[in-house]
Amino acid sequence: MASGQVAMELGRRLPREPAAAVGSGARLTWRRFRRHRLALLGAGTALVLSLAAALAPWLVPQRPDQISLGERWIPPGRAHPFGTDELGRDVLARALHAGRVSLSVGYLSAGGVALLGTAVGVVAGYYGGAADGVLMRLTDVVLALPTIPLYLILAALLPGGGVGRIIAIFVAFGWTGVARLVRSQVLALREQEFVQAARALGASQARIMLRHLVPNAVAPLIVATTLAVGGFILGEAALSYLGLGIQPPTPSWGNMLQRAQEYIWNAWWLAVLPGVLVFVTVLSFNFLGDGLRDAFDPRMRV
Amino acid sequence: MRRYLAGRLLQTATVLLGLSLLVFALLVWTPGDPVELLATANPEVTPADVQRLRQYYGLDDPLLVRYLKWLRAVSRGDLGYSRTYGIPVRDLLAQRLRNTLLLAGTAFLLALAGGTAAGIYSALRQYSPADYGITVLSFVGLAIPNFWQGILSILVFAVWIPLFPPGGMATPGIVSGWPALLDRLWHLALPVSVLATSGAAAWARYVRSSLLEVIHQDYVRTARAKGLSEARVIGQHALRNALLPVITLVALAIPGVVNGAVLTETVFSWPGMGLLLYQAVLGHDLNVAMAVLLLLAVVTVAANLLADVAYALVDPRVRYG
Repeated sequence: MASGQVAMELGRRLPREPAAAVGSGARLTWRRFRRHRLALLGAGTALVLSLAAALAPWLVPQRPDQISLGERWIPPGRAHPFGTDELGRDVLARALHAGRVSLSVGYLSAGGVALLGTAVGVVAGYYGGAADGVLMRLTDVVLALPTIPLYLILAALLPGGGVGRIIAIFVAFGWTGVARLVRSQVLALREQEFVQAARALGASQARIMLRHLVPNAVAPLIVATTLAVGGFILGEAALSYLGLGIQPPTPSWGNMLQRAQEYIWNAWWLAVLPGVLVFVTVLSFNFLGDGLRDAFDPRMRV
Repeated sequence: MRRYLAGRLLQTATVLLGLSLLVFALLVWTPGDPVELLATANPEVTPADVQRLRQYYGLDDPLLVRYLKWLRAVSRGDLGYSRTYGIPVRDLLAQRLRNTLLLAGTAFLLALAGGTAAGIYSALRQYSPADYGITVLSFVGLAIPNFWQGILSILVFAVWIPLFPPGGMATPGIVSGWPALLDRLWHLALPVSVLATSGAAAWARYVRSSLLEVIHQDYVRTARAKGLSEARVIGQHALRNALLPVITLVALAIPGVVNGAVLTETVFSWPGMGLLLYQAVLGHDLNVAMAVLLLLAVVTVAANLLADVAYALVDPRVRYG
């Protein structure tokens, strides 16, 4: 399945048959990547958005939680380019600060999933046998759970409304795609001569896994992790939109949209900016991920 | 085939067992069991009553005993009572399932048909403006948050241009005959179009790349070389092989539709299982929420099994592989 359901699956259903790592040098990969216009566009946009979020306090004069009851419901205009909300807070300021939350959730969840998934995948692939059987059945079980319902239930059971809780939920149930991916790589690498040579030289199992197997699975891992960032941003937005993710007054793109729907008859502008930002962010990470895949392995390109 | 099937069935059974353990763990882990809730809600309940009720419901039994009892009840379709509605969860699910099937089923078929058609068209005219447009649209469809698309379509087609209702499933008072059917379709239009978007985009991308791969194969060139019409080359030779893997993907797409349905139903107040789940989660009606989760997971597992078996039937490489 292409990245459509991937997005909805919050990055869990990653490609099963990944692009093989191409050892012909980072320079070749970089040259191919540079020619991929959409990928460059994606990388640039993701960078700009991340910087804008990181520098939000210096970019906009208003604070995101600055309530000003005299300035409620101001449509987009000169003083407030994207208008103000029901408490007179500047929508642009809130959306940029929300980007810090939403992007952190995306980056950190994807990073966590990459680590946990790699650990599970390497262990399952390298040891095989019972360990592999148990871990892969566990993967099957987690994959069978539909993400949004599962996350809703977990969010209701776990107290708090911060960033850490969301990331913990995403990582705890999001590692399966990466685990399958890394496992399939390790299975292919395990019996190759360089691994046998390392073993013959007396390398420890940990060393074989960390120095020989993982680095050779890194290309598809980067692709999967990039696509997962977008998936988790979508997930956070959905969960917060439903009121079970990041809790106000901390702004996140999702919880800004929750209020937007309530006020849609009077203040349409509240619905625009946060949604556009989620959409553009996810789009850039998808472009970037696809470009990286093509750059690592041009044979995959259609 | 028999060996493959046996192995696959065993695997499915293991996954179902794991699922039941996981859902049970979540239920046990949930703070506040039903008796406690009853006791706090009703001051007339004495500690002795609590003790008797706990014993009656077996809440102090060893975990393994509780699990086995629960598993037996669930496998008989006994999913407990809903706290909010006071009726058996099974009846509640049955009511809502129809509405979800109507919404998600329509969207699924629409996405499959539209996406496949767009993908074929796009592949046959590779690098044309149409191909380019379809590719861009599919990227957009994959990245747009389903619920935001819902809000936007309400804004445009219900608030600004009042063509469709902003939510709900029926207009009160219209109950039967053609008017009711039309009214239902009228309410379906926006949620279905939203729910179908990401699926259609994914199918378009998938079918396009799959068909492009096949089109450049030697046997397609052979078919052309021996003078077959383009329609037969594509329709009979290329498409057959290009669409073969779609069988697997149809099943794999189900979780995506389910996830989307939860959000779409919430945005449009469509009274299906997704909205039921959402309200159950907010109202701490855990029996209902867990039942929905379990049902959806079992459907996913069954769909995966069906897809693998169907694929093994049409592609012998799988069953001997």
